[in-house]
Amino acid sequence: MRAFTYERATSVQEAAKVAAAYPDAKFIAGGTNLLDLMKLEIETPARLIDVNGLGLDRIEATPEGGLRIGALVRNTDLAAHDTVRRDYGLLSRALLAGASGQLRNRATTAGNLLQRTRCPYFYDTNQPCNKRNPGSGCAAIDGFSRQHAVVGVSDACIATHPSDMAIAMRALDATIETVKGDGTRRTIPIADFYRLPGETPHIETVLEHGEIITAVVLPPPVGGRHIYRKVRDRASYAFALVSIGAVVQSDGTGRIAVGGVAHKPWRSEDAEAELANGPDRAAAVLMADARPTEQNRFKVDLVERMVAAIFTEARG
Amino acid sequence: MDFTSTASLKVNGQPYQLTLDNRTTLLDALREHLHLTGTKKGCDHGQCGACTVIADGRRINSCLSLALMHEGDEITTIEGLGQPENMHAMQSAFVRHDGFQCGYCTPGQICSSVAVLQEIAAGIPSHVTEDLTGAIALTPEEVRERMSGNICRCGAYSNILDAIFEVAEGTP
Repeated sequence: MRAFTYERATSVQEAAKVAAAYPDAKFIAGGTNLLDLMKLEIETPARLIDVNGLGLDRIEATPEGGLRIGALVRNTDLAAHDTVRRDYGLLSRALLAGASGQLRNRATTAGNLLQRTRCPYFYDTNQPCNKRNPGSGCAAIDGFSRQHAVVGVSDACIATHPSDMAIAMRALDATIETVKGDGTRRTIPIADFYRLPGETPHIETVLEHGEIITAVVLPPPVGGRHIYRKVRDRASYAFALVSIGAVVQSDGTGRIAVGGVAHKPWRSEDAEAELANGPDRAAAVLMADARPTEQNRFKVDLVERMVAAIFTEARG
Repeated sequence: MDFTSTASLKVNGQPYQLTLDNRTTLLDALREHLHLTGTKKGCDHGQCGACTVIADGRRINSCLSLALMHEGDEITTIEGLGQPENMHAMQSAFVRHDGFQCGYCTPGQICSSVAVLQEIAAGIPSHVTEDLTGAIALTPEEVRERMSGNICRCGAYSNILDAIFEVAEGTP
């Protein structure tokens, strides 16, 4: 691990200002992904700003009837929160499907959104990777690509976003509240938060350097059946091959966000409009532009089968 | 540029003041600075659970936390749970049920086990909890799911499960 200076932030504004002024600065909260990457020198911040003392660890009702989740709320606390369990069951389910108890006790809401891909070629510093080392190439495209993305891919990168929580947040239309280095605030719908890899897979979100997430806001509950289905190589403590977060209404309409298939949570309002013609039609639209490799072609079929199974289950 | 800092930790009830390289993980602070070598370094990447300790009442991977991030926290390691002459109920149960072979993952397994029972008692749901809004039943499925962050290469899982259930049910 490279040496770094360490400081404890005492205000959001100051933390954002300091981070924006130093290109090598990074925030640390739970640290469960960042420290892992720092040990491998994939992340090499020279200045670490510990934001754990900023008090962004509350969950509170919004005037609109939704929920404001502080950036530092731990995954365990969010999954176990009474309102989340009752009204946003999809979010609890997604969180509990991810990581281990130990990791969920430390990992934060904002950190979960910002975690990096688990592409093995991103992790192996002996391999080319456009995300880790822009311009070096992609070892995954002609490598072992069974776990990789099938939609929204580019010739530069086929990595997936690993988060379960983000799939639920996307299906629930969460918004992300931030403060920039110059002190201005903005609210970003999660649909606009993540970028596809394109030619610049190292730029994963629309956040500016130094911009700090303060909260994630859920709109009022939408009712319906909440189902999170995760298919993986073992029953627990593994990343998804494909995961689906769905909200299904009694009239058969609903929302579908898919994980494990793209550089970001994959959702299509066009696909959801097709639900009127059956789940298989919706799944076909979701996967319409798929560009799988030989090794991950199964994911396209898997998405179709999972969507069908979820809507069957929801009607039952 | 200052790459060292001081941290105040309370470990197993004892306060410590340490001057550390900023990079020092909680795991390395416990083992290399406080010589509490019960906590084990397995993968050092949060995948195996051998380094599990309890920080402010919650189990965490001590390898994925900087010691400096635990200023003022109360840390409990395996040494704090019990000693050979005064074992914690979970330690005794692991011995009685052969919940280990080589023993390397055992301190992490035991810290995790103790915390798992507290998590169930506190009503924290898991991936296999059927009803998110109901009471949580203490079942083998619940315990297995919650222990999935602790790997045992000797494969003592079924005996670990027996040990945990013995403590949960209070019947040796």
